[in-house]
This record gives sequence, C-alpha cells and structure tokens, in this order.
Amino acid sequence: MSDSNLKKIIIEPVTRVEGHGKVSLLLDEKNNIKQARLHIVEFRGFERFIKGRPYWEVPVLVQRLCGICPVSHHLAAAKAMDGIVGVDKLTPTAEKIRRLMHYGQMFQSHVLHFFHLCSPDLLFGFDADPAIRNVIGIAQKYPGLAVQGVMMRKYGQEIIKATAGKKIHGTGAIPGGVNKNLSIAERDVFLKDIEQMLEWAKGALKIAKDYTVENLSLAQEFANFDSNHLCLIREDGAMDLYHGNLRAIDKDGNKIFDQVDYNNYVDYIAEEVKSWSYMKFPFIKSLGHEKGWYRVGPLARVNACDFIDTPLAEEARKEFMAITGGKPNNLSLAYHWTRMIETLHSAEKIQELLNDPDLQGNDLVLKGKRREEAVGLIEAPRGTLFHHYKVNKDDQIEMCNLIVSTTHNNVPMNTAVEKVAQTYLSGKPEITEGLLNHIEVAIRAYDPCLSCATHAMGQMPLVVSLFDHKGNLIDKKVK
Amino acid sequence: MTSVGKVLLIGFGNPGRLDDGLGPALAEIFEEKSFPGLTIDSNYQLSVEDAASVAENDIVIFADASINGTEPFSFQKLTPKASLTFSTHSIEPDNVLGLAHELFKTKTQGYILGIRGYDFNEFGQYLSEKAKNNLKDAVIFLEQTLTTNNFKEIN
Repeated sequence: MSDSNLKKIIIEPVTRVEGHGKVSLLLDEKNNIKQARLHIVEFRGFERFIKGRPYWEVPVLVQRLCGICPVSHHLAAAKAMDGIVGVDKLTPTAEKIRRLMHYGQMFQSHVLHFFHLCSPDLLFGFDADPAIRNVIGIAQKYPGLAVQGVMMRKYGQEIIKATAGKKIHGTGAIPGGVNKNLSIAERDVFLKDIEQMLEWAKGALKIAKDYTVENLSLAQEFANFDSNHLCLIREDGAMDLYHGNLRAIDKDGNKIFDQVDYNNYVDYIAEEVKSWSYMKFPFIKSLGHEKGWYRVGPLARVNACDFIDTPLAEEARKEFMAITGGKPNNLSLAYHWTRMIETLHSAEKIQELLNDPDLQGNDLVLKGKRREEAVGLIEAPRGTLFHHYKVNKDDQIEMCNLIVSTTHNNVPMNTAVEKVAQTYLSGKPEITEGLLNHIEVAIRAYDPCLSCATHAMGQMPLVVSLFDHKGNLIDKKVK
Repeated sequence: MTSVGKVLLIGFGNPGRLDDGLGPALAEIFEEKSFPGLTIDSNYQLSVEDAASVAENDIVIFADASINGTEPFSFQKLTPKASLTFSTHSIEPDNVLGLAHELFKTKTQGYILGIRGYDFNEFGQYLSEKAKNNLKDAVIFLEQTLTTNNFKEIN
C-alpha cells in the first residue's frame, strides 16, 4: 500500500501528562493502525545554559529544569557535586536528611499520580464520560479518597519544605552535604501524622492491587510487552531509591549487568537519536539499540530488586511477584501497583528516619580532594535520573549531560502506544474519546514528565486532529 | 486580619523561566510588607494540596504570569470549577478553588491576578523590563485592594 492511502490522527497535547507531547496515529484506508508514535518536545537547552556556571550553584540551578520533580534534580545534581568536591560518603546526618527529602518527594509524587491522575481511569473506567473522569469526579463520588490524596500530598510537600528549606529553589542539599538538620519541633509535626499516612498508603496499595488482580485479563491485554528493566540497587540487592549501583535484568529476570558503579554508566548505556523525536532513545550497549531498550521506574525497581528492607512493602512485593511466579512482571498497568508498593515503602522509610536521632546532628558538610568530573544518579519517582558534569579549573561547568527518567522510558511508552492502538483502535469505524483515552491511559501508566515548567496562563487544551491521506484536516476535537 | 477575613496570596510560576516568575516575585514583595491577616505562599505551580490551604482562608488571590492577557495586569473573580481542565500534574486556579469547595465544604472566594509577561522560553532568573513595570503596577493595585478591601475586577 502506498503512503498516499494512509490517514493520520494526531492527539495533542496528551492531557494529565507533564509538558507537551502529541500522539500521531497513522491509519490506512481500512482504519488499521499503520504506525503509532509518541512525539515529545523536550527542551534540551538546559545543558547549554548551565555551562560556565560555578559548580556550587548547580543543585539549585537544576531545579529550573522542571517544576514537577525539582527535588529529584536537586538531589541528583548534589550527588554529582559531592563527587566534584571529592566526597564519596556523607556524614550520617547529611545522608539521612537527603533521604528524608527524597522519600517525601517520592511519597507525594506517587500519591498525586495515583489519586488524582490515574484513579479516575481506574475507578470510572477508560471509556467513562470525561466530564466525570477527573479529580473533581473522584471528589464527588469518593470524597474520602480525594481528601486522603490531598492530605498525603501535603504531608510529602511539607517534608520537602522542612528539609530543602523552601518550596521554590530549595537549597537543602549542597556539595558535600546539607545546610540544615531537622529540629525536634519539625520532627514532631511529622511524627504526629505518620501512622495516618501509613494507614492511607496501605489503603491505596489495596486499591491498586485489587484493581490489577480483578482486571488481570484487561491488564494482560493492555500494553503488555516484554522488556529489560534498569534501576539502582543496594549492594545487598535491596531496593534503594536514593543510592546504589546499576542493575539491568532481562524479561525473565536474568542479570544483564549488576552492581555497576554508576560513574561508569557510559560504558553500559548509550543514547540513540531519531529524526522524528527530540527525545533521545537510551539502550544497553551490549544488547544494541534494537534489543537494548528497557523500562525504568516503579515496575522496573520492584522487578529488579531482591527484596525491600521495610516489612510492609516487602510483604506487598512478595504478593506482587507471586502473580508471575517470581519472574519480572511486564504489564504496563502493573506500574500502578508497584507505585503504591513504593508509596508504602516511602512512608515506612520516613517513619524510620523520623525516629533516628542522627537527623538532629550538626555534622553537616564534608570536603575532599577536588575532582574534574562526576556523575550523580538517583531513583526519581518516574525512574533513574542521570546527572553527569565536568568542571574546569576555574570551578565552572564545562559539560553537562542529563538522562531523565522519561527519556529512559521513551521506547516502552512508544511500544505501549502502538500495542494499545493496535488492540483497541485498529479497524474501528470511529475513533471515540474513550478509545483515544486508552492511548493516554497507556502513557500515563509510565507517569511521564515532559515538562518544560513554563505553565503561564493561556495553555492549550487537548486538541485531536484528523487528517486524510493527503494531509487535509478532516476532523478536529478539543477537550 | 483584614476586615474581609483571612486572605491567602499564592504566587506561582517558575522564576528560572524569566517572566514566568512574576507570580513568585509578587509573593516575595508582599512577604516583606507583612499585611495583617495575609498569608503568603508561592510555588512553581499549583497542585491539589493547595486546596487544603485555600479552604483555611476566606479569600484566595492567585498571582500568575499571563502570556497574552491585559496589560499591565488583570484581576478577575474566579468561579469554582468542577470539571477537568488540569492538563498535567499542575492544576488551574479555578480547579483548586472548586476542589477546596468540594472537598472541604468551604465558601472561599477566589481571584486571579494575571500579570502580563513577555519572555518565557529561555532559562534565566530575571524579569524583562516591561514585565517589571507591570509588576510594579500590580503591587500598587493589590496594596490598595488589601487596604480598602475593595476587590474590584479589572479585565
């Protein structure tokens, strides 16, 4: 069939996904999916912008990159700058304050995603009326759940504020340590509510688990595809969201590499460029770009770790892994379940840290022998985040390379879109809003952050455009 | 406390994206002024948890940069919205207000102060000259509004 017999549907931008992305579906004359692609407009100018800036400014400057997960960038950059100032191990107080900040971020980010972005799809159905399939709809039908989501999110945000110093351009993490501890008074505010947070986290986990188990046939049909998985892992194989070495496993759980020092990531990970997307396509070098792509994020982390070092989350992990007989789970919809396992884990970790007197210590910063190059990695809510810098003799940034979580998940998200389009849209005489939402559900499972963080008044709504095979606009829908 | 009760000012935007920082810049100025009964908050963007803070106040004023609004600024009363417009992890002011009403059963009144900006698409923590002038006018207006408790709309 020649390309002249194809017509194109574009969904732009994808709602409830950060930043600006669009989906283009190329249909043939029988409405079968010929090609499905997620295009992401990623702003790469930051790596140029930061050149020439003094290294100690970097942990604050990188927060300009994104208004959605500034804490992850703050901490990944701070970890890289620890390397630049020659510090390989922080003081106990510094590391624990940073961990508390990070678990607060993980907790609030996962909660927002589950309660307010995904639960409308799960609780009302993918085809439900968009007028009710949203956070206000949840507030009206499940007010208790919606309030829980708001209060859990607020709890996590307050932890970030207490540890980072402020909500915008937090300064808590600095090269070699932190600039403040947590006072007893601050700690007690969080201790007062932690049991409630744990209870709510358990409740949210049950919703996610029950949904997946009760809808297993849907989950197995919906964007199900094998992949490799990549994440940081602690030396004993435990899940560690703040620090560790790199582990990659294949679809069956076999290790592709393990306990790789992330400072050497360039020996294991490469990035491919494709003409139709601004975003790069990372892959495992030893497998090549065709077979070397991988998933990151909660699903990859739960699949790849040997255990979780908090009791409630570990029990939940075992239940999750039992579904696939201990092998990696490759269902896109299983991201929700694993995200809630991590939410519970984060709450357990927050409780553990709040009861640790090291948080009130005063030994905050270390210095070592200055280096010219360093890498900082962290498990951000959406997946592994790479920050790599070179600093010249005048203390200025000379090179910066960032690989963000959403970039790692580029191929998986494209694969998910293609699978769903083929399963639900091929051959349909009409592309309904509900069908289109299936595409968005697949993308949202990965919780992508496409943000360029400029959000000022006047943003575009969702626009769906239908083009015929000659490129003429024949239909347009605005959400 | 003002005679209209407790007032919350939330300036939002990304100060690292030039004029997108107009909202936080306004919040910073009012932080220094210490108006009785006025609570100040600022963030990169609004999110669902802001509904809890909004619900604790009688009036909320959202201050944001405006891409193509009235010069030097507009000031409009918000209608709480109970439908989906939040495209992302962030949420629009009328939705925050709607969520506060829906979840916490309050009757908080909301206003949006849209300060016209011009440069958004580069990294940099400074405001354009025209945006700075608009900010000055918006500060004078908001001071008068809070002093006289006359919440007059400007379109």
